[in-house]
Amino acid sequence: MKSLSSLRDIKKRIDSTSKTKQITKAMEMVSASKMNRAEENAKSFVPYSEKIQEVVASIANSNMDAAHPMLEKRDVKKTGYFVITSDRGLAGAYNSGVLKKIYETIQKRHQSTDEYTIIVVGRVGYEFFQKRGMPVSKSILGMADQPNFNDIKELASETVQMFIDEEIDELTIYFNHYVSAISQVVTSKQLLPLTNMDENANAGTSQYEYEPNQEQILKVLLPQYAESLIYGALLDGKASEHAARMTAMRNATDNANELIDDLTLSYNRARQAAITQEINEIIGGVAALE
Amino acid sequence: MKTLDVSVVTPDGPVLEDSFEMISCKAENGELGVLPGHIPMVAPLTISSVRLKLENDTKTLAVNGGFLEVRPEKVTILAQSAEDPNEIDVQRAKEAKTRAERRLESKQDDIDFQRAELALKRAVNRLDVAR
Repeated sequence: MKSLSSLRDIKKRIDSTSKTKQITKAMEMVSASKMNRAEENAKSFVPYSEKIQEVVASIANSNMDAAHPMLEKRDVKKTGYFVITSDRGLAGAYNSGVLKKIYETIQKRHQSTDEYTIIVVGRVGYEFFQKRGMPVSKSILGMADQPNFNDIKELASETVQMFIDEEIDELTIYFNHYVSAISQVVTSKQLLPLTNMDENANAGTSQYEYEPNQEQILKVLLPQYAESLIYGALLDGKASEHAARMTAMRNATDNANELIDDLTLSYNRARQAAITQEINEIIGGVAALE
Repeated sequence: MKTLDVSVVTPDGPVLEDSFEMISCKAENGELGVLPGHIPMVAPLTISSVRLKLENDTKTLAVNGGFLEVRPEKVTILAQSAEDPNEIDVQRAKEAKTRAERRLESKQDDIDFQRAELALKRAVNRLDVAR
């Protein structure tokens, strides 16, 4: 009797595992198509970012008396961290990687919570910081899978405004950089102040007339540039999220397959054992009659 | 007639890429017309419409948060959004307009006021272009 119930248990586990497998398989395919779209979004953003970078670099380098607070380093009293995470889990190490990195950085660099503030995209990150009592000054939850510029614009311009108002003195962004469908790297990048302009200088520097003048243009252009960098990181992060989820789900499907194989094997063994036992019992019964 | 290449690019992707004879738009300090052979120039644009002329046709775009980069043979307009009249959701723009007007009437702190003002400008601009 015992073997029968264990047979049923194994059967049940096989069934439930294959149901889970169906779900993970479906999620893998959904993530794959989302990843493709996210990749396209990131690509269509490239012309804008390249052009704006080129113009900003050519202005910033052409004349040094065109100063702007966003180009200048100042004493850091408070650091802003911009973190991009996802709203849902099931994405492997996507969130934990970036959160671990920023958590370690903050522990190392800051003694008290007055020295930094966090701006976070995504529920997972938001709850992580809330739970640890870390200051979150701004957040967006429920970001669309294929965000457009409007979705992030407000948060981006508020963040840039924080820097202009000297609420924060530097801004670093943490996100998963999309290398390929199977590889995403946790990246941190300093956004503000914009100090690395020189590196991009040779990107086709041309001399412009400025209407009305350079300072006015920088005033309009630099916040837009910083906002576009944030948007670029968001697109990058979204593509990584879908890729990470796809990989995680593929692994889950593979594991489910393995488990089903193992279970099927022990199911067959148990079934065989039950049959053998029954035959033995019959033979025993016949032998007793003779 | 000589033409110059115009491309309009937004963070969500390129909007338009074509040749035109003349571009007129509204920069921070006034109307601006660009013909082929213009000296290289950079100018921020106001929330306004950009008009692109080719022969007898005029194409209009509603631009927000943009600037203009001019080279002798090529003009690039970088904007946070740029919409064709057909793309504009008139109903939504109207709603945005009334919303912004209501917010302007109820006195609030500076930032909200500025934001409402910008929102109103965007809505009015969209409606103008759509008409």
